[in-house]
Amino acid sequence: MNSYLTLILGMTLVTFLPRLLPLITLSERPIHPLFRRFLLYIPYTALGALIVRGVMQASSGMEAATFIGVGVAAACSWYQGGLILSVFASIIAAYITLSM
Amino acid sequence: MAGIPIVIGYFPVAMAFGLLARTVNVSLQDTFFFSLLVFAGASQFMAIDLIKAGIAPLDIILATFLLNLRHLMMSASLAVRLEEIKKRWLPFIAFGITDESFSVASMKKGALSFPFLMTLQGIAYLAWLSGTVTGYLIGSVLPVTLQNSLGVGLYAMFMAILMPEIKKSLNVLLLSVFSGAVYISLDFINVLPSGWNLIIAIIVASGIGVMVLKDDPGEERI
Repeated sequence: MNSYLTLILGMTLVTFLPRLLPLITLSERPIHPLFRRFLLYIPYTALGALIVRGVMQASSGMEAATFIGVGVAAACSWYQGGLILSVFASIIAAYITLSM
Repeated sequence: MAGIPIVIGYFPVAMAFGLLARTVNVSLQDTFFFSLLVFAGASQFMAIDLIKAGIAPLDIILATFLLNLRHLMMSASLAVRLEEIKKRWLPFIAFGITDESFSVASMKKGALSFPFLMTLQGIAYLAWLSGTVTGYLIGSVLPVTLQNSLGVGLYAMFMAILMPEIKKSLNVLLLSVFSGAVYISLDFINVLPSGWNLIIAIIVASGIGVMVLKDDPGEERI
């Protein structure tokens, strides 16, 4: 087995810095209202893109299971709400899809 | 309490990571260090994928950097909602900013306090670490189809975070659908390095949202 320590430390650095710098630079400064709205929209646009990316990048053989799993999570959280139930329902749906 | 759903969602995903790392011959110690030091689900999965493909470490680090640029925006979006916090605590909060903890934190109303964020992120971190080790050690005993199904939990979690907000606000629906559409277009055009598609989709969709939408779905939370 190779050691991946150098890779891990490099990844640590490039993961940590983008998380840290905005907190330090923005937390004490007044922000333009339009830019503030831009920042407040990000949770929704980020989630939309992350979900779509997840479904599109599903590894081969997992496409249908991922799509159905996410669909079940959508339906479940729309009608019932609750993260826990949705996640479990989704994993079970993916499992059933893969088993068929 | 807000951290509990993250644990439920994170644990199986972390297990999937531990499992996958083992299949590409990464040692248990290194797998643990990935989760301990990097603490970024998408990046870690991508790294395993690239290790498997024999990509050079420097290229993996660059791809990780691109993938994590989205946290610049997430971190900036949290920064405007933080309570007064001593500067020396900021690195701890920063370390715990993941897609999931960010999503939960950003759906919370009111200013974000240090204890809230530390609890949320601390629970997520512990779930991530314990899930990684569990997956590495016992994951291979699970049936293969169940192993594969665990990873879907990640996107189910994103969906379950987004959906309650969509029910409350048409703007949220428009923003997320539009962002997804931009991502699909970028993916189809395929001119950008893949890590950039997500970042550009978020920027473009949020920017157009600022220009087109009138009221502000996040306003009540400021």
